[in-house]
This record gives sequence, structure tokens and C-alpha cells, in this order.
Amino acid sequence: MGDVYRALADPTRRALLDELRKRGDQTLFELCVRLTATHGVSSSRQAISQHLDVLEAAGLVVTRRQGRFKYHDLDTSPLRAVVERWPLPE
Amino acid sequence: MWINLTSVFVDDQDKALQFYTQVLGFEKKTEIPLGEHRWLTVVSPRYRDGVELVLEPDDHPAVGPFKSALSADGIPFASFAVDDVAAEVDRLKGLGVHFTQDVLQMGPVTTAVLDDTCGNLIQLASSS
Repeated sequence: MGDVYRALADPTRRALLDELRKRGDQTLFELCVRLTATHGVSSSRQAISQHLDVLEAAGLVVTRRQGRFKYHDLDTSPLRAVVERWPLPE
Repeated sequence: MWINLTSVFVDDQDKALQFYTQVLGFEKKTEIPLGEHRWLTVVSPRYRDGVELVLEPDDHPAVGPFKSALSADGIPFASFAVDDVAAEVDRLKGLGVHFTQDVLQMGPVTTAVLDDTCGNLIQLASSS
């Protein structure tokens, strides 16, 4: 399992999580369109793909294959370790 | 110089003709036997003298890996204009079409991406 803190340290990766929160099960193409249009991110498709790999290694993104297509979804459960370590005030 | 043809690589010309006419709503324009395959084109009923889409056989060995790599990443090979993407998506979903990207509005452009069942993704787009 990759490092959640390192995965979250990059603004492009945080933007990817923001877009996956708006809608699950997105292709790489849709995520690239959203990053360009909504966040003004000019990274290449390959760079976005590598960011997704980091997020997946940290458990924040899960992927599934359906037929010929690959979809990405958000999994916030690794964040539980953060608030368990530094609990939120009641 | 002008553009009169564009093409998609299809895995089966009969299946492609059925999908592009019966489902998407294009009309067959040209069908000429040509060896193993046919020269097969469709046009939009809205522009019968407009750009023709060639349903081109995909049996060259380089085409398979190309199509599967694009499909895996959700990248459309062609984009068609529609008046209202959301209405068209509803109509096509009713006919059993699978979308890899549902309706997405980004500024003035609305898009969606569908599986043409012949190995390609096709983007529908409208601008407001």
C-alpha cells in the first residue's frame, strides 16, 4: 500500500479525487477532460495516468475492467487512518 | 480541397451497418463489393450530400491493438454532432447502447461517449 499522505500532497491528484467524488466510474478520457476543463490542468494523458497509479497504490482510487473498458472510482476508506490517528473534535 | 469521407474501423461490416443505421440513425449511401469486403458508407439523413462515414474493415494486424488501447482508456475515435446530447443519450440507452461516459457538461460543450459495438468509442457533442 502506497503512502496516503504522499498521494494527497499533489494538487493534480487532489483534483482527480474531487472529480471522482462528483461522479464514480470514470474512464481516463473523462478524467482528463474534467481536469482540463474544470481545473485548468495541462498535464498530458500519460501524466494523469501516472497520478492515477499513485492514487490507486494508496488505495484512494480503485479500478475495474468491464469488457474492453477500464473505470476508476473513489475509495475514501484509507482516510479513516488519518482521523483515527488525529481524531476530530466532538 | 475539402473533406468528403471519414472512416471508422469496424470488426464486422454487417453488424456495423445495422448499428450505424438502425440504432444511431444514419442511412446507407454506398455499398460496392470489393474483394473480401465492401466499400460501405453511411450518411446523416440531415445531410445526405454531406460527409460520408466509411465502415472500414479492421483486419489489418495493427488496428486491433490500436482500437483496444483507445477503448481501455475511454478515448473516442470519432465525434458526431447532435442537437441535444441528453435526449440522444436517453434515446440510445433505451435501445440498449452502452455509454462509457454519461452526459458531461463542460462550459459550453456537452458530450457523452458510447460503445459502437464494433470496437470503437464514439463521442456525441452539442454546444449551447
